[in-house]
Amino acid sequence: MTPDSLGWWGIPLAILGGLLRGSVPFLFVSLGECLTEKSGKINLGLEGSLLLGAVTGYALSFHSGSPWVGVLGAGGAGLGLGAIHAWLVQQRRVNDISVGIAMMIFGGGLANYLGKPYIQPIAPQLPALHWGDWSDLPAVQSALRVSPLLLIGIAIAVSLQWFFKATRWGLIVRAVGESPTAAKAMGFSVARTQTACIMVGAGMAGIAGAYLSLYFPGSWNENISSGQGLLAVALVIFARWNPIQCLWAALLFGGTQGLGPALQSVGIEGYYYVFNAMPYLLTLVIMVATCSPVRSSVGAPASLGQPRPDA
Amino acid sequence: MSSHPRLPLSRRHMIRGLLAASAFGATSQLWTGCSSKPTSEAEATDSSAASSDAPLVIGMLYVGPKDDYGWNQAHAEGAAGIMKLPGIKVVEEANVPETTAAAETMRSMIVQDGATVLFPTSFGYFDPYILELAKEFPEVQFLHCGTLFEEGKHPNNVGSYFGFIDEAYYVAGIVAAHASKTGQMGFVMAKPIPRIVRTLNSWMLGARSVNPAATTQLIVTGAWSDPVKEAEAVNSMADQGIDVITCNVDNAKVVMETAEKRGIYCSGNGVNQSAVAPKGYLTGAEWDWTGVYTSYATMIQEGKTLMNGGIPHLYLGGLSDNFVKLSPYGEPVSEAAKAEAEQAKAGLMDGSLVVYKGEIKDNTGATVIPAGTEYKPGNPELEKMDWLVEGVNGTITS
Repeated sequence: MTPDSLGWWGIPLAILGGLLRGSVPFLFVSLGECLTEKSGKINLGLEGSLLLGAVTGYALSFHSGSPWVGVLGAGGAGLGLGAIHAWLVQQRRVNDISVGIAMMIFGGGLANYLGKPYIQPIAPQLPALHWGDWSDLPAVQSALRVSPLLLIGIAIAVSLQWFFKATRWGLIVRAVGESPTAAKAMGFSVARTQTACIMVGAGMAGIAGAYLSLYFPGSWNENISSGQGLLAVALVIFARWNPIQCLWAALLFGGTQGLGPALQSVGIEGYYYVFNAMPYLLTLVIMVATCSPVRSSVGAPASLGQPRPDA
Repeated sequence: MSSHPRLPLSRRHMIRGLLAASAFGATSQLWTGCSSKPTSEAEATDSSAASSDAPLVIGMLYVGPKDDYGWNQAHAEGAAGIMKLPGIKVVEEANVPETTAAAETMRSMIVQDGATVLFPTSFGYFDPYILELAKEFPEVQFLHCGTLFEEGKHPNNVGSYFGFIDEAYYVAGIVAAHASKTGQMGFVMAKPIPRIVRTLNSWMLGARSVNPAATTQLIVTGAWSDPVKEAEAVNSMADQGIDVITCNVDNAKVVMETAEKRGIYCSGNGVNQSAVAPKGYLTGAEWDWTGVYTSYATMIQEGKTLMNGGIPHLYLGGLSDNFVKLSPYGEPVSEAAKAEAEQAKAGLMDGSLVVYKGEIKDNTGATVIPAGTEYKPGNPELEKMDWLVEGVNGTITS
């Protein structure tokens, strides 16, 4: 062992680094989905928004030279896809789930098509905050390199919680999600509220995509998301539609991503497929543990996923 | 209940809209990478070696995008190399899945474009799609990238070609061991199948020829392409003091980029990735299909075929046959390393250096190749490799 080597200390450090690096996409997508679902709509198409955001962010960063322009553009691309989804699901008797699947395939296909010329070029990357510079160990310095987007994400999680709990608009969103008829009777536009929530949610997924292509792993290719957008949708269910719990869940999922490679690097080689399956296993366990015979899911908005009735 | 929708669309409208949206998404895979049109018209120079006036039509199939910065790109570059040759027309299609879609693509290339030679470049096209079509079109030659052809078992108009890229990994291992200060290196592997395990073992044997105490840490991601896991693998190896990393995954860009960010050296895979890691890129094991496709095109234009025995059914080669090559040495490579690498390369090319020469032990201490035995590159024993050579930290037993 050389002095640079951390040995077993590498595992907690890898988990810490993994959760600081890998949790941001989960966080943004799950917060976006949380907002969408609170308004009573489901958007399974966030994986599509994520991919389109990833390629838009990468392309804009490459052409403009500024990664932050890329992040904004990625958010805009997400908003655009969200607008299509929102318009479709506002039609009578249209099922959210099937529109979401269509949007997922559409977004992914469009991203791959537009992304062809950007596989090889190298775009400017988002800067990082160096919180580990007090340490002499390069491993610690690297693990504690934090993206500003993580801090923004945490701020969004906290303010979203406050938004739902304590603001008038938050209450409107919740009312629409719990009982659209009651909200309508109170004079709020169900369609407008849901459209806004879906668009903002998809915009956040787009920003998550920009994080993937512009920070970690920091490259565009067609497999960049490896299903994180879909996983993040499931994550909302086990975060019980609570933004703060979405944050913990995202950190947990980010941490488990680094676990498999870290264990292999210190010599626990077998079972890598099991380690790699950990996040999915975790999702299943929590889904089983929280299912209830009485309600489909505890904490779910009452009108979740119900198509607009015939007027 | 008096609120009427602002957009009174009928259910039929919506279904139509939805179908259109899904169809667009579903077919996007097809039309994005598809360029079934002839990409290069043959220049009508009949004075060349082309014996007949009709151009030779060659069909290329790729499993992924043509510009994936890895496997498919290497083949597409090879195809681009023969498009320039007189009397040759190339038709290509990218993103062809290893399903009946492959058979349909090949059929349309043969029937509509008049292709008489096909290069389906992905492993999974062989059985059953190539085998079935080969029976249906006995006059068309199917040349599959791999080593799957077996004499007597498979149709006579089917052939296999493959390169010993592990020879290039051996040389890259020498360069890596020179560059490594800690003597610890890392290898990110997609899937532990013999062909890929062999690249790791050759890398390790090359490194140990320089530094017998060197080690290579193996991390298996379990997928041909999983950028997040590949980046995490590089990060955790860098945390362990590993200072040179190579890989064998579909697209090595993320591995190279992450290594560069961590300030350690890297060695490429598939195509030249030095642009991604200008500071730390040592060298890399690259495919060189242009040479292979050019030789095939020349042989076919000379009237040789698989059926008349003019073209061997198994066409294999390494550094000496221009199947594989090394990326130009990067800036951190020392003169001593270059000299030793060039010497090994020359030895591999003239056959005086054999990588798999006993006695070789695996990483559990068992002898896998006894003293006095040597396996030359084409040896079938090497196709069954399921052991990791001494010095590799890791296991591949499932």
